[in-house]
Amino acid sequence: MSAQARVPPSSPPSPELQARLHGILAQVADPEIPVLSVLDLGVVRHLLFNGDGRLEVGIAPTYSGCPANAVIKADVLRALAGAGFDAVAVDVLAPPWSSDWLSAEGRRKLEAFGIAPPAGRGDAPAACPRCRSERTTRISEFGSTPCKALYRCEACLEPFDYFKCI
Amino acid sequence: MTPQLHYVLRLADTNLVLAQRLGEWVGHAPALEEDLGIANVSLDLLGQARLLLAHAGRLEGEGRGEDELAYLREESEYFNLTLVEQPNGDFGDTVVRQFLFDAWQFGLYEALAGSQDATLAAIAAKGIKETAYHLRYSSGWLVRLGDGTPESHARVERSLRELWPFTNELFDDDETDRAVAEEGIGVLPSSLLPAWTARVSETLARATLACPAPARFTWYGKQGRHSEHLGYLLSEMQSLHRAHAGAAW
Repeated sequence: MSAQARVPPSSPPSPELQARLHGILAQVADPEIPVLSVLDLGVVRHLLFNGDGRLEVGIAPTYSGCPANAVIKADVLRALAGAGFDAVAVDVLAPPWSSDWLSAEGRRKLEAFGIAPPAGRGDAPAACPRCRSERTTRISEFGSTPCKALYRCEACLEPFDYFKCI
Repeated sequence: MTPQLHYVLRLADTNLVLAQRLGEWVGHAPALEEDLGIANVSLDLLGQARLLLAHAGRLEGEGRGEDELAYLREESEYFNLTLVEQPNGDFGDTVVRQFLFDAWQFGLYEALAGSQDATLAAIAAKGIKETAYHLRYSSGWLVRLGDGTPESHARVERSLRELWPFTNELFDDDETDRAVAEEGIGVLPSSLLPAWTARVSETLARATLACPAPARFTWYGKQGRHSEHLGYLLSEMQSLHRAHAGAAW
């Protein structure tokens, strides 16, 4: 893994190409939460052509140790290669990824999938994603992936995942 | 070895060794939720350690990457704090060790986010979000156990007494620390003590536990002089790589 805060070379793709690249990346799913694309997750930081003409994709790791980081990188490169792009991925550490980077669309998709989106201050879900009740109890501070905590709704009694606010 | 490299290795090794210790709990924690919790803390620390080791490899400039640094250094070449190599003990021992560490790392990352070393600053700025979560978890358990049953109280009180002597090292300034602090790269350990003491005393009070008296002896794992426990941990952690040189996932 190579990780360094670095200055990217500055030759951005044309607007048409940018749109096409976004179209490709919108099809690359987060390996842990497949309803989210890598664009929804907010991890793609830049798309630039570097000195030797290769497409450089800046990707911000979510949690420092999340195994999905490596998979995301490989999936992005595979999708771009499939569309004929010779791409390289670089880690972008600063500014750090946080749950604020989730797109509005991403938050909506999470909720529809049954995962309560990050709620900001106080760090507890705003409502149960199934029945909308605000009466929820935390079962576990840590869930099945680093980005989630486990909650239970006191109204419909269903357990659900909460995408933590960091 | 430059002070900067030494300092980055200290941070990397401290995270790596603690991540390995916490990993020993996987499948053995008192409940599934704690199994997940401890594994997640371990994973965050491992991720930070990998970033730090890769940075150390670049600073060293001899072609060693994170794997060579993690798997092919001997005990005396590890510079982690002695606290984190202490055995897991029971769940209470692990909670106390984690709490003392998290409270320290939180203050460290706050200060390190302003480092002149842009990579260190970025790792710290990212890590602080994760450490804040770890601290909430370990504090919550410390209060539950300390302010729990007479049995749980007595046991974490003992854990605290046994682990407290390792905290001197967290705030000890040596030559390396002073050199990196002067360059604006690192944080002077002693500068972290007041905020740590305040944070720790507040939580200990909620846990109905008293702050132990300061210890007289200071450990120096950060200079490569370790307790008897690190060697065993490393031999397990490094065995696969040594048996199958260059093995990769």
